[in-house]
Amino acid sequence: MANAWRWFHQLGSPKYLFQKTGQWLPWIWGATLILLAVGLYYSLWASPIEVRQGQGHTVRIMYVHVPAAALSMIAYIAMAIAATVGLVWKMKMAFAAVRSIAPVGAAMTFLALFTGSVWGKPTWGTWWEWDARMTSELLLLFLYLGYIALHASFSDRSKADKAGAILAIVGVINIPIIYLSVKWWNTLHQGYSVTEEGALDPAFQTPLFLMLGAMYLLFAALVIMRLRAEIILRNQKARWVTEWATGQSTERGDA
Amino acid sequence: MILTLLKRELKVARRNWIGLAIPLLFFIIVVSLFPFAVSPEAPVLQKLAPGVIWVAALLAMLLSLEQFYRSDYQDGSLEQLLLMSSPTSVAISKILAHWLLTGLPLVILSPLLAVLMQINYGSAGSSHTWVLMLSLVLGTPTLCLLGAVGMSLTLAASRNGLLVSILIIPLYVPILIFGASTVTASLENMRYNGELAILGAFLLIAIVFAPFASGRALKISVG
Repeated sequence: MANAWRWFHQLGSPKYLFQKTGQWLPWIWGATLILLAVGLYYSLWASPIEVRQGQGHTVRIMYVHVPAAALSMIAYIAMAIAATVGLVWKMKMAFAAVRSIAPVGAAMTFLALFTGSVWGKPTWGTWWEWDARMTSELLLLFLYLGYIALHASFSDRSKADKAGAILAIVGVINIPIIYLSVKWWNTLHQGYSVTEEGALDPAFQTPLFLMLGAMYLLFAALVIMRLRAEIILRNQKARWVTEWATGQSTERGDA
Repeated sequence: MILTLLKRELKVARRNWIGLAIPLLFFIIVVSLFPFAVSPEAPVLQKLAPGVIWVAALLAMLLSLEQFYRSDYQDGSLEQLLLMSSPTSVAISKILAHWLLTGLPLVILSPLLAVLMQINYGSAGSSHTWVLMLSLVLGTPTLCLLGAVGMSLTLAASRNGLLVSILIIPLYVPILIFGASTVTASLENMRYNGELAILGAFLLIAIVFAPFASGRALKISVG
């Protein structure tokens, strides 16, 4: 337990975090590329097409759509957790993490909406439907963009971090409320009912799980890269950054 | 303490009453645009009425937020207020003042808009108007509470104006849904107490969390 706490505190040090993530990054990228290659092979070639619903090859969109949608929600929760850590323990690196997750999460949300739209056209015959899940995904995108806009409009970074953190927490309380409200609103309006799919055929499961793993890793890799850039940006004046950037020691007394 | 702060808010607002009247005027004018744009026929207007009135009320609430916070922040009195008392009670007094001076007038004006939008078309009494007022009574305080969080967060931000709308409108969606659907249910002669109960539940949740969050945000903006 004591060890875990020490590790937690060490993560709060920009230098330690930068070095550690630098060690992890090649491994994460390696695993991402391998899983992505295998996953794409399975999902684009080695998996059957869906004939029952007349979807044919369009079912392959699912292998990108489902992971993106899952990540869009998990990323927001991760943001809120990091924001809480930042506000409670006054940990600056947690704020850097919130800022790094936001654009990647927004991109995942957009990807989920976009692939959903492209998939919806051939299967439901429409690009957009005010279905509960789609509508709340759209609102989630607005929440991400709101955070990014709020963070960008402060000149003082520490104020931007704290204000953004409060917004992330308020947002995460609201996500279930938004989802349930939209769901009820939609049933009231007799909207389009998406057929509840039963258990997925194992033939579809393998590529889906592979792609889920690949996209999670890709997400982690992208967030870590942003986080490292964010650490450098925030510690420009630190000596270790100068040393890292110039590749040489700037110890005084050398001259 | 909160009472003293509230008195101060009301006194400041009384000296700037024209600023308070503008959002109300906006509320009426926006609603009166719809008959021109869509159709002056009573059944059509009646069908649109709940949504249009609620959206206009929501925008009017957003517009009026600014004046309760901005000038206090700019002339430094917010900083003094925060030194004097807890951030949460400053937030509560501002939220209360905002509701009393914008939310309540909106509720009082809403029967007028109900007439403009032919909400009682085809029914003998004026029961739909009462339902509209009830939904606004329960819904507008929640709009004030959430708006206070957004406004407090953006006070120190350089670009403001529309920023607070972007932050807060997604959070307003559930209130809009149930506010408008309360009235729609009444128009369709269905029971609407479920919707009202949910509006009340939103209000209670917001009362618990929003003043605290808004107080924290005010402190960050000033400190």
